Amino acid sequence: MLKVIDQDGHLVLEDPMLDESLLKDMYWWMLFARVADEKSLSLQRQGRIGTFAPSKGQEAAQVGPSLAMMDKDWFFPAFRELAAYLIRGIPLKNVLLYFMGDPRGNIVPNGVNNLPIYVPVGTQVPQAVGAAYGMKMRGESSAVICYFGDGATSEGDFHEGLNFSGVLNVPAVFICQNNQWAISVPRTRQSLSKTLAQKANAYGIRGIMVDGNDVLSMYLATKEALERAREGKGPTLIEAFTYRLSMHTTADDPTRYRKDDELNEWLERDPLKRFKIYLKEKGIWTEKWQSELEFKAKKLTDEAINAAESMGPLRPRDLFDYMYKETPIALKDQLEYLTRSIEEKEIEEDAPKIEGGFP
Amino acid sequence: MTKMNMAEALNNALEMELIRDESTLVFGEDVGLNGGVFRITKDLQEKFGAERVFDTPLAESCIVGFAIGLALYGFRPIAEIQFMGFLWPAIDQLSSHASRLRNRSMGRYGVPMVVRFPYGGGVRALEHHAESFESILAHIPGLKIAIPSNPSDAKGLLSSSIRDPDPVVFMEPKRLYRTERSEVDEGEFTVPLGKANVVREGDDITLVGWGAMVPKISKAAELMSEKGISAEVIDLRTINPYDYRTVHGSVEKTGRAVIVQEAPRTCGFASEIIARINDKEIMHLKAPVMRVTGFDVPFPFYKMEEWAIPDLDRIIKASREALTW
Repeated sequence: MLKVIDQDGHLVLEDPMLDESLLKDMYWWMLFARVADEKSLSLQRQGRIGTFAPSKGQEAAQVGPSLAMMDKDWFFPAFRELAAYLIRGIPLKNVLLYFMGDPRGNIVPNGVNNLPIYVPVGTQVPQAVGAAYGMKMRGESSAVICYFGDGATSEGDFHEGLNFSGVLNVPAVFICQNNQWAISVPRTRQSLSKTLAQKANAYGIRGIMVDGNDVLSMYLATKEALERAREGKGPTLIEAFTYRLSMHTTADDPTRYRKDDELNEWLERDPLKRFKIYLKEKGIWTEKWQSELEFKAKKLTDEAINAAESMGPLRPRDLFDYMYKETPIALKDQLEYLTRSIEEKEIEEDAPKIEGGFP
Repeated sequence: MTKMNMAEALNNALEMELIRDESTLVFGEDVGLNGGVFRITKDLQEKFGAERVFDTPLAESCIVGFAIGLALYGFRPIAEIQFMGFLWPAIDQLSSHASRLRNRSMGRYGVPMVVRFPYGGGVRALEHHAESFESILAHIPGLKIAIPSNPSDAKGLLSSSIRDPDPVVFMEPKRLYRTERSEVDEGEFTVPLGKANVVREGDDITLVGWGAMVPKISKAAELMSEKGISAEVIDLRTINPYDYRTVHGSVEKTGRAVIVQEAPRTCGFASEIIARINDKEIMHLKAPVMRVTGFDVPFPFYKMEEWAIPDLDRIIKASREALTW
């Protein structure tokens, strides 16, 4: 497993001597994502956003690769990559809107080569391979990054997609955030394979295992994989060995299935904590800088919340307008009917009370 | 004009679109050197190269997902699934993504792609090689579904489908691949999606079908005309968009209709057609709308397949029932 700094922030390998500005960016994005994530969780608890999938603990596994990417590269997400979305140019406001049940959260700004969140597990993999084939055909030196979790490696689409990627030799980097849990099912119940990275062998592509809580390792591994992809040397599967410090989603209660001991062990491996020590030893991290970053992160988060909460209402036509490039007459009829039924509504119903959670 | 069968017309459409637009790609199982198991992609790899016309590994979900990725990236992918019976693994990609990416990205991403495959029975095929489940696809909002019934329409509808900005499922009635040779324009042309074809005009009864059922209802109309009954024959060409205006206009004139589908009866597209006629045209009806369909059984082993497919006898008798109600 590639590891540059250990959980105490000490160098295990030679210092890669990355630019100070890049190191500072890494820390900033991890911290911003952590602040935004924790704030989102509290918004959910206050009923201001709906079901939310926290990414606490996985910041390094997202910040490293995202900073190794170029703008022209394409990003196919799963649904637990907050830090990556922010780096790639998805406004935090959009992420919040998404979890408020507002489709405007899925609008990807023009010029940002990201796809909206993929909820059905693993289904993004074949699509990422298709886009990568397109890049190869056009002879562009760009690449695709595709995220998914440990659970997705059990899906057919994962297998089919990685197999295609090898046969067609496309510029793709697959990042499996192995956070050890697929809701309540542990990694050991997902596959008998010793590592998830080794699955790459079956497809004849390169697979590597990386300490997903070490942002330096994740950055270096992804950068190398992207370079190989751009040079036509084929796809790479990166297993980012990490941990979901929070719940699967806010509808989930992890105390039902996992032990505190395990959680505590991983809290010691917190990606921010160890990187802070590394930066401190290099003389980059200071108390003052930390409080400046925290202030900025909180401010940006508050602004995003305000912006999301002050969006105008959705319209009935938002249901129909984007079904096809040109809306067919049958859908226009349905819109007219819905609009009339809203205007002329006489009987109000109570919302159903739901017990238990849903993922 | 030249005479072609449907297989040749489809091959011709693919060739013309590959010439016309560099971003079109053709891929699937055995479509390269072999030219597809029904030879619809015959010689295309030789003409356009193995980068644009190529074999993929055997994985239907990935073939369709791969097409989505290419479409997102700006290509016009044309994916072949070998038989409709093997489409099931790809339904997730079609219904969770191809059909809803434009909607869920609020217009940022469109998915212009075609998934084409042979469907239907009548060629003495093995199990899982003769299915017709278009109504399941019609239930997925965001897809378009084209089903040609003759060589010229096959070419024109396929060209339209390839140029369409949204995902189109293109169902080819394999029984008709080589049964009819008829005039097809050798030049470029399109047949619009969402416009039904009135194959034959009539005043007494409306017969509606699509794909492989169209020659059957045309033949039924011919037999009826010998008995002095004037039947109007409508070929839907696409079931999504469904051209209900042409059907309803005809029913307003005739007051009687028989819908013929090869697919199993329950929740078939015939049911939707009848429901819409009831919504809008009830006052014009002189008889209940009849339907002749397959049965609610899996498509049978081929020794029994002729029982499962609507035949002339059943179509005529259903028409007679409507006419004598």
